[in-house]
Amino acid sequence: MLKKLLVANRGEIAVRIIRAAKDLGIRTVAVHSAADATSLHVLLADEAVNIGPPAAKKSYLNIDVIIEAAKATGCDSIHPGYGFLAENATFSDAVTAAGLVFVGPSGDAIRLMGDKVSARSAAAAAGVPVVPGSTGRVEGIDAGRHVLIDTGFPVMIKAAAGGGGRGIRIANTLAEFEQAFPQAEAEALAAFGDGGLYMEKVIGKARHIEVQVLADGTHAIHCYERECSLQRRRQKVWEEAPSRALSEELREELCSSAVALAKAVGYSGAGTVEYLYDDEANRFYFIEMNTRIQVEHPVTEAITGIDLVAEMLRIAGGEPLRIRQKDVSVRGHAIEVRINAEDPSKDFAPFPGTVGDLRIPGGPGVRFDSMLYPGYQVPPFYDSLLAKLIVHGETREAAITRLVRALSELKIDGMKTTKPLFLALAADPSVQAGDVHTRWLEGWLNDNAAKLAD
Amino acid sequence: MAQILSPLPGTFYRSPSPGQPAYKNDGDSVAVGDVIGLIEVMKSFHEVKSEVAGSNVRFTADNEEPVMAGAPLADLD
Repeated sequence: MLKKLLVANRGEIAVRIIRAAKDLGIRTVAVHSAADATSLHVLLADEAVNIGPPAAKKSYLNIDVIIEAAKATGCDSIHPGYGFLAENATFSDAVTAAGLVFVGPSGDAIRLMGDKVSARSAAAAAGVPVVPGSTGRVEGIDAGRHVLIDTGFPVMIKAAAGGGGRGIRIANTLAEFEQAFPQAEAEALAAFGDGGLYMEKVIGKARHIEVQVLADGTHAIHCYERECSLQRRRQKVWEEAPSRALSEELREELCSSAVALAKAVGYSGAGTVEYLYDDEANRFYFIEMNTRIQVEHPVTEAITGIDLVAEMLRIAGGEPLRIRQKDVSVRGHAIEVRINAEDPSKDFAPFPGTVGDLRIPGGPGVRFDSMLYPGYQVPPFYDSLLAKLIVHGETREAAITRLVRALSELKIDGMKTTKPLFLALAADPSVQAGDVHTRWLEGWLNDNAAKLAD
Repeated sequence: MAQILSPLPGTFYRSPSPGQPAYKNDGDSVAVGDVIGLIEVMKSFHEVKSEVAGSNVRFTADNEEPVMAGAPLADLD
């Protein structure tokens, strides 16, 4: 078992990890920037180290300083959380090279899954359905034309080295393709110094469904799926488990494919295999694997009763995976909503500020993961996530009713938040029926955003 | 003398993206509405448009400097 853990993160996830570590009797060290000296994770950890100025690049992303802090405080391990250095293979390697345990997969596993082309090849090799497209990098427009036989139109052309939606072009016809391909090549070269492209069929209306896996390098299990189809600008805002769109048979097939992939790459720790699910064709396609704990992990914890962060810490401490697949079962339905410091009535403008009176929802089936306390100054330098409200009920309908009850209890004075968005979504017939897809929310916001004032 | 103040709290940037030239260099003239930099607030970027005009701009905030709302960014003659 690990003895002393440095948490290389901030905000609600740092608080979450510190709690899990303390529950296991592991001592904790927080790191913080100059802007976060009074943050809750600093107050809760056994020790805290100031690692630099507010800019993340100079603090939370500074590998050398973080490893130095771990050594100086006598830590034997580092948990990266999500974001920042969580999927940085160089960081995983550097932690290991320093003689410390990285709570997550090896640098090689991160690299394999971090590169879109190699991840797709690994998935295909493990028998996981992938979106029809190029088998690897597409070099030159002749090779690109050949890929069109499999994909048809519309087709997406992406930079192999890209990320976050940059360098993506969509062609609906051959004429558009002939024009877009060379442009995408030039753009990829300019942006990433690498003109390599890959191509994929565009799946029109799809749900985002992802499978939680736990693995110890040899064994792997799944903890069922989450559906995160409600997204704005590719950011998830509402996540739930299980997905109502899947039949039992398809659920089994989907979850087994995620386990097959985790095993095939010798994965260790908690990971998420993400898929697009095409309702009409009843087909699912691999998108990517996230090699970290995810923001929305608590919905899985709610329906399975498994503490995913604690299991990560046990696995990193050298224990074999102690949960067997047959012991994992689903109870009820859970929903998480992301309470962000944003004004949904003003195009989600960020709203850093100081928390006044604070009323946190409670009672049966309600969990509130947050770093807020009355008087806390929310710094402007990091992302806008303030809290995650997770509700659990016997059915999806009961969970939505409970969500509305919990939201009505929540009060964060002094801040504009996304709470009005979730009250409106919970009352929407399409959301209540679960009849949504990944582009549904943006269309809904065009008609409804103005009504979302507090 | 006039001052350009930050409209928001966050991180101040003098150029549109790393490696690109600054919006304005010391000594330049500034007209009302000219973009003089960016403020990054919670990972979103907002242009800072000058509300005053003047010549011989002198930046008092550095690139990538954390600033509070209302903090001076530059002086103008």
